[in-house]
Amino acid sequence: MKLSTYHILIIAGILTTMSCKKDNYDEPGVLLQGHVVYRGEPIGVEYNQVPFELYQDGFGKTGPINAVFAPDGSYSMLLFNGEYKFIIPNGQGPFKWKQTPAGAPDTTFITLNGSQQLDIEVTPYYMIRNPQLSQSGGTITGTFKIEKIITDASARNIESVSLYINKTQFVSGADNLAVKTMNGSDITNPENVNLSVAVPTLNPAQGYLFARIGLKIAGVEDGIFSPVMKLDL
Amino acid sequence: MKKIFPIIIAAVLTNTAGCKKDSEFLDVQPASILTNQQAFSDPAQVLSILADLYNRQLDFSGLDNGWASFADFSESFPSENGSANIVQRNEWGFREWETWDYGYIRDLNLFIERATEATALAETDKKRFLAEARFLRANYYFEMVKRMGGVPLILQSLKYDFSGDATSLQYARAKESEIYDFVISEAEAVKNDLPANPNEKSRATKGAALAMEARAALYAGSIAKYGVNTPQVSLPGGEVGIPAAMATGYYTKALNAAREIISGSAGAYALYNIKPDPGENFASIFLDKGNNPESIWVEDFKLRSGRVNGFTVSTQPRYGAEEEEGGRINPSLNLVQAFEKLDNTFAPIPNTDVSGNPVYYSSLSAIFAGRDGRLYGTVILPGSSFKSRPVDIWAGYQLADGSIITGDDRGAQKTLPGQSAPVQVVGFDGPVSAKEFTAQTGFYLRKYVDPTPGAGSRGTNSEIPFIRYRYAEVLLNAAEAAFELGQPDVAAGYMNQVRARAGLIIPLTARDITFDRIVHERRVELAFEGHILFDRKRWRLAHLVWDGNKMTAADLLSNIGSATKRSTQPFGLWPYRLHDPGNPDHGKWTFKIVLPVTVTGTNRFRLGNYYSFIDDNIRANNPKIVRQPNQ
Repeated sequence: MKLSTYHILIIAGILTTMSCKKDNYDEPGVLLQGHVVYRGEPIGVEYNQVPFELYQDGFGKTGPINAVFAPDGSYSMLLFNGEYKFIIPNGQGPFKWKQTPAGAPDTTFITLNGSQQLDIEVTPYYMIRNPQLSQSGGTITGTFKIEKIITDASARNIESVSLYINKTQFVSGADNLAVKTMNGSDITNPENVNLSVAVPTLNPAQGYLFARIGLKIAGVEDGIFSPVMKLDL
Repeated sequence: MKKIFPIIIAAVLTNTAGCKKDSEFLDVQPASILTNQQAFSDPAQVLSILADLYNRQLDFSGLDNGWASFADFSESFPSENGSANIVQRNEWGFREWETWDYGYIRDLNLFIERATEATALAETDKKRFLAEARFLRANYYFEMVKRMGGVPLILQSLKYDFSGDATSLQYARAKESEIYDFVISEAEAVKNDLPANPNEKSRATKGAALAMEARAALYAGSIAKYGVNTPQVSLPGGEVGIPAAMATGYYTKALNAAREIISGSAGAYALYNIKPDPGENFASIFLDKGNNPESIWVEDFKLRSGRVNGFTVSTQPRYGAEEEEGGRINPSLNLVQAFEKLDNTFAPIPNTDVSGNPVYYSSLSAIFAGRDGRLYGTVILPGSSFKSRPVDIWAGYQLADGSIITGDDRGAQKTLPGQSAPVQVVGFDGPVSAKEFTAQTGFYLRKYVDPTPGAGSRGTNSEIPFIRYRYAEVLLNAAEAAFELGQPDVAAGYMNQVRARAGLIIPLTARDITFDRIVHERRVELAFEGHILFDRKRWRLAHLVWDGNKMTAADLLSNIGSATKRSTQPFGLWPYRLHDPGNPDHGKWTFKIVLPVTVTGTNRFRLGNYYSFIDDNIRANNPKIVRQPNQ
């Protein structure tokens, strides 16, 4: 049988009629978003390094929905309405997440019924206050104040502070053009820390750079970061 | 009455013929499946079952599980565009290096149970088979504990009763130390049932059991000792982490087990020392099948048997290769410069003089002269040969003004200034930027690359074995254990044997033996043998060495020989020929340190990488399995 336009039209017609939407699920459409914050102030973290997990019970096996915080400390997920449990796994993030007496990460319950804005409150070891980044004469200078938040027995020292620059907005120890690092022991006045780094030759040339300040805490894997700032050269 | 007689006869006949029970009638032995008793009746038959179990052993790097397992960790650069991910990612996933093959454990347990029950086997055969299976099981548990920490220790085959409740099959994770203890005690239990025969390489021997024991005890000891540096990498139940108090006990066991091999009680193992040139000799350890007193237990291959490996096809020097491929593993300058000078000191490869001016060499190989023979034996350097044919590694011409003339294809030709005819301006082995199979770091791999004719062709492949345990490692294990037990003089004695074989004939004294020395010696002796990850893990150095920060050339050249030296990106060293007629250095070679352009990522070993992720499915099926720390 020759496949004529007529046949094709009939087949297309049948397919259109038969593929009704009954067998398709709606995509998730409820937006859960927010920031990881300390007293309302977002905590900057490294790109792709600080994960969190959402669990939803009632579907047989237990497994997390994995995601990470963005460099500005924000997160967002498209979900279905329902009950969720939120945790930040042990040892992740430059902050303390509440724990159960047994030492497991404690759960925040989230009931989603429509889109929701939810900030995650944590206690960071330090905060980078009032970061000022400026450019002059091919040198980028960062000035900031370090505030120690956790001062009890679980307090930790500063391992180092660094000023990173990069051509893209992903700025970290792994992605940078140049970096200036100062050891924590060399910080004389945490109220006023200065770092500067020379801008290397850019190839291909571009008229701007991104910079941010990172603070590494001794014994904690993830660093605390200032917001990424775009600087014109 | 006439009719009754035939009826009775018929009834009698029916009764007799139909007296076989239905169940018996249906119970016919299959012609193609052996029962356990049949399977375990003949030693050759049992050996073939065991061969499958041998085959399923897991190696970190094996010659038959892909070249890429050798290429990571900034010790080399992967010169294949499809594998650029290795140098472009910024971290290892938590799943990396996971293993959870309880199907294999079950088959080993079944083998042990069935062989124990077998009645038709001679007692000596049975003993050896059982010892081999227990060795394989212990060795696989060792492999698991290296990667996953404490795992459920299942020592018999489990049966499900189909009751709908699988709780009886759910085992919690054992402590990390308990798995190590199991490996050590199994080795002790089976060593005397295994032959003490150094010529038996591919089946388990007493030497293999003791070598496993020494390595396992050493790993456990170092986790106990150096675990204190990373207190976060532990679990309250001991599934991960070993108490520091247990370190001495483990180190003592490691030293004793290694000494048992060294004393010759497992047979006459010795360092391979046959060729006069230390470099050639070192390369031959991994190629010499017939006459090798050094290898203890190997994964063997045989030509024309179907069991061959294609490692040489993947990694042979590209120019003149038997296939249109090769050159995939390019050892990094990070590793090359770690090989000591003959006076036992560390120094960068001298491409510049003290004031930073380039040095010009009249031969390509002169810059690498006067170093540890293992450099030549591990790496194919520019100016050296493979299969008695010089490799063609050089990156181009450098003109008087410092500009470079090079090509973008292997052996490309261009016309140099002042000349009229085009000449070759780059080696046929490269390095050409981002051109796969060329020596993009300026080096190729020599270790395990088979120079036998045909080994580099896909139709033939190679039969050189992968050495799982060898005598030099036993000596280094003994040296490390002795050092940790406060006997640096003993450690020096063992280490000097290994070093003298490599051409480092000035002995180290007890005072020279430091932790950094131990770390260094294992890195250069055991490079590309699947040790670096597990060594760096057990010393808790991995997160310091691979800390995720970018490197500069100055980082690369400083602190060579330090155990905590950062190594997150593989660097290269490219040779250029000076073209400056009239200059006395015209035609000589100069070398530049480069970071291959495809290296855009950095290696970051997160604390959560110390123990690989346990799949969510496994934990959902068995809630007793606790999660790894820092993940």
